[in-house]
Amino acid sequence: MSQFLWLIPALPLLGATINLLIGRRLPRAVSCWLAVAAMAAAFGAAVGAFLELLALPSDAQVIHQTLYQWVTVGKFSVDVGFWLDPLSAIMILVVTLVGTLIHIYAVGYMEHETDYARFFTQMNLFAFMMLMLVLADNYLLMFLGWEGVGLCSYLLIGFYYNRDNTAVGTDEKFLSPRSSGTKAFVVTRIGDFGFTLGIILMFWTFGSLSFGEVFHGAETMFQIGAPIITIMTLLMFLGATGKSAQLPLFVWLPDAMAGPTPVSALIHAATMVTAGVYMIGRSHVLYELAPATMAVVAVVGVLTAFIAATIALTQRDLKRVLAYSTVSQLGYMMLAMGIGAFSAGIFHLMTHAFFKALLFLSAGAVMHAMNDMVDMRRLGGLRKILPITFWTFLIGALALAGFPLFSGFFSKDEILSSAFTSGNVALWVVGVVTALLTAFYIFRAVSLTFGGKPRWKVGEVVTVQGAVASELDAHAAKGLHPHEAKWVMTLPLILLALGALFAGFLGMPAVLGENRLARFLEPVFQHETPHVSAELEWLLIGISAAAALVGIFIALRFYRGDAKTPARLAAYYPSLYKLLLNKYWIDQIYDALIARPGRWLANAFWLELDGKIINGIADGLGNAFRGFGNSLRSLQTGYMRGYALAMLIGVVVVIALLVMR
Amino acid sequence: MLLTLPEINLYPLLPALIPAVTAMLVMLADVLLPGKNKSWLALLALVGLAAASYFTVMLFGANLSAFNASIVADNFALGIALVILGAGAATILLSLDYLRARQLDLGEYLALLLGAVSGMILMALANDLIVIFLGLELFSLPLYVLSAFWRTNDRSLEAGMKYFLLGSFSSAFFLYGIALLYGATDATNLTKISAAASEPTVASNPMFLMGAALLIVGFGFKVGLAPFQWWIPDVYEGAPTPITAFMSVATKAAAFAAFFRAFMVAFPSAVVDWQFVLALLAVVSMTVGNVAALTQTNLKRMLAYSSIANAGYILIALVVGGQAGLSAALFYLAAYTVMNLGAFGGLVAMGQGDQERLTLDELAGAAQTKPWAAAAMAISLLSLAGFPPFAGFVAKFFVFGAAVNAGYVWLAVIGVLNSLVSVYYYLHPIVKMYMNPPAEGWAQAPARAPIFLAVAVIVAVLLTIAMGLFPGGMLNFAQAAMVK
Repeated sequence: MSQFLWLIPALPLLGATINLLIGRRLPRAVSCWLAVAAMAAAFGAAVGAFLELLALPSDAQVIHQTLYQWVTVGKFSVDVGFWLDPLSAIMILVVTLVGTLIHIYAVGYMEHETDYARFFTQMNLFAFMMLMLVLADNYLLMFLGWEGVGLCSYLLIGFYYNRDNTAVGTDEKFLSPRSSGTKAFVVTRIGDFGFTLGIILMFWTFGSLSFGEVFHGAETMFQIGAPIITIMTLLMFLGATGKSAQLPLFVWLPDAMAGPTPVSALIHAATMVTAGVYMIGRSHVLYELAPATMAVVAVVGVLTAFIAATIALTQRDLKRVLAYSTVSQLGYMMLAMGIGAFSAGIFHLMTHAFFKALLFLSAGAVMHAMNDMVDMRRLGGLRKILPITFWTFLIGALALAGFPLFSGFFSKDEILSSAFTSGNVALWVVGVVTALLTAFYIFRAVSLTFGGKPRWKVGEVVTVQGAVASELDAHAAKGLHPHEAKWVMTLPLILLALGALFAGFLGMPAVLGENRLARFLEPVFQHETPHVSAELEWLLIGISAAAALVGIFIALRFYRGDAKTPARLAAYYPSLYKLLLNKYWIDQIYDALIARPGRWLANAFWLELDGKIINGIADGLGNAFRGFGNSLRSLQTGYMRGYALAMLIGVVVVIALLVMR
Repeated sequence: MLLTLPEINLYPLLPALIPAVTAMLVMLADVLLPGKNKSWLALLALVGLAAASYFTVMLFGANLSAFNASIVADNFALGIALVILGAGAATILLSLDYLRARQLDLGEYLALLLGAVSGMILMALANDLIVIFLGLELFSLPLYVLSAFWRTNDRSLEAGMKYFLLGSFSSAFFLYGIALLYGATDATNLTKISAAASEPTVASNPMFLMGAALLIVGFGFKVGLAPFQWWIPDVYEGAPTPITAFMSVATKAAAFAAFFRAFMVAFPSAVVDWQFVLALLAVVSMTVGNVAALTQTNLKRMLAYSSIANAGYILIALVVGGQAGLSAALFYLAAYTVMNLGAFGGLVAMGQGDQERLTLDELAGAAQTKPWAAAAMAISLLSLAGFPPFAGFVAKFFVFGAAVNAGYVWLAVIGVLNSLVSVYYYLHPIVKMYMNPPAEGWAQAPARAPIFLAVAVIVAVLLTIAMGLFPGGMLNFAQAAMVK
């Protein structure tokens, strides 16, 4: 029994409740720092619980705490209970630590926002839901957190509901924050549908939803490759593709950048999108019984990583580059899950939480300094003006690119070498190519944002990649005096930069030291690292490092000075450039295939069936019912005869069905 | 022919009798006692409902029957009775200021409402087709009048008239069904029908089957199943909002109670294969309700289509049958009652004077002008959408869980798909209230919500949350066996 466990989600919930009820009446500072304090206290509790877990012998590292019985149906019951093992311990530490830093940063970032109480209520509530998701001891409670983070992200993405567009000084058309929120919600709901069906199937198969019983049942009742488990895991993976923005459901995440930047960092980089990865890691017992699903997960993951990286090559909006990079990195995590390298995936999840939160918050510092301008064609030359931001962004970029000894290097390398040593050479090749692309696009962003000459002065005509940016909105440029942000924003950047620098040393490859993280996670995954020779390991490390270095080098060469080469390339391959710039037209395809028929169906049901068709039939057969119709006509609606006729048809159908059978 | 008079035992009938007697007292007091402010009539009505609830609780577990087993006060019936009594009490609280703002007469209104409550409870207790029909007409007639109660409003009058005409139409089918069943089995008592139907010659008699089909039509009309749902959007939109709230929950509870009893007692599944037909109706109702609700801009209309969809979900529980189906249905009806009352209550609280804020555009930005009403509506709508941890989520979980356990996986899947669609329209008003600038013409200063209304809404919302977080206590109540 732990004294800290229940406090971890309870503290953010308390913070949210206070801010919800009386936040508006509190002074700004009290309301904001209350939310920060709730998160910091939750981090403290998480550390406490983590230490309790460490004190246990390594073969029994589980703390299980049941608060009460939630629902009972006959013999079947679901508890509200928490399950702390090494996997959830890492998750709560990451969520609360990164969450606390982002909350601190948000205090500075949202200093001009009048609706601060609403913002911090939703941020704390989001953290609560995420912690419920990772601490749940059964799938139903996990589902509560799963739906909860979806709802909170919907609210937070749409936070600037009265703005049409948050991007300033750009000619690109993006969805409004409100539509983006709705899009995120609707798209992830498609995944949730799969997850729900998976849970139903699980309930039907095992008669239980608690982790212990389901995993025990799976291990004792089923052989590897059992069809029911394959279907179940595929349905659950559909849920993961929604939440973790994988093909084909990743389209919501880039638009989710319409929310305030701390939201992008918290939800769409560090925590919520990792829910799908966590869920698969948590359900690894089931997934290991379904090799077919594992293959699907791996292929979807690596394709997502590749396609999102290619889209990121051409994006002009700084936050969108980061968004596609998130999609791509999540693809790496999925790849790790799919090849059974669970601890490598969780490792990458952890390092990614640090460096992606760092990148987003640094981008936010740029936006803060540049009056919300994020079009990279209009940035440039910020290295000297925003030195701290430059360095932190650079550290994040190096980590993302997989520059040797930075955190992302170790975690990405572990995934890639696992892919190679498990015999999936094709996956490994795509992964390495993607790593090269990753290094390229992030250093393109570094060059365009911080290098070169400033392109944000009034009247400057800019060409980047062959496209002329729109004449800079004089209003946006007026009074633009970029300056470094206050300490509440820079301090979290510096702390996260430390994480991005050093988190990788927790999981070093065997030739360099010891993989502490994998050893810590061993009781959960029982994963045996395949033994590889030192030479092969060095070779793989060398290839990963080379991919990163080559990518960085090309980017820096391309985007130095007036950057003519990219423009020439874009002009040379116009259709490829357009394909990437327009994100493979996936949004348009979805609109034509799903959204439009959906609207049509809804309209058809309401207008056509309810109104025209029924009344049309009524008019056609009207003579037969004229007497009845006439008596009703005094009601001046003309609808009643239609209703009565429709009912009569229903009567005939019901009688026919029942009597004929 | 020897007539034996049935023994008179009024005790199990008290839950229905007390509201009827209270209705008469209210009418008498309204006429006899002078005074302009008649709010205390509402107190009298509430006391009557409380007394009825007290006896309902006292009857729990006793499984009494009366009038030659044409009345059965088993736990299922009593559970439904409690839901109806609670809905009646909440409706009174919702109505007080609504009526005053429109200068409508309280005394008549209360008497009619209590009469409807009495009829509904009678229907829930009935174990005989004639008594079921009696209860059905006893609550339908006051509801026709109540729908048209705002007599200076054209929409209200139209609603009353439409409800009356289509209701009579469906009652005729129902009565014809009873006649056919009596012809085929020589009985109107459900238990006796079941006994007669065990003869294969009876069970395969088309007259018998047609009678059963016509009962489906009659019940289907009252609970609002497609394709008998046509009246619902028009009537729900036109009727005074508190009456809409009452109809949407109490009528459903009463009619479903009799629906369950008739089909689980009189037509055992081994005799008549009605599961397939009802499963089909459930699918059609869920789909029509949810899809049609998607494009609605008037909240009362949207909730009307939502009530059609919810009738479909509850019907799944009847298809499942057995103890699991019964308790799932009872829990669902109770949950639906509290969350729908919360939603409608929030809607009533949004209004100003005799103006109502019903369309999505009018509701825009309401979170700023009416934060508490908006919060109540948001929670209720989220619960209706099946979001954890509210009552609606647990209710859907029970119904779909029961369906899965009984092997109706396909039905559960269609149900889940439907509730996925429904999220979209339940969320729409929340988006409008919280993420839009305030609509013009509505007071900026938050007017204080009337106290009675506030009490009803707060209780409904608290129950919505409590039933989601701690369904255990409620579930013990819902483990209500039906005595056959």
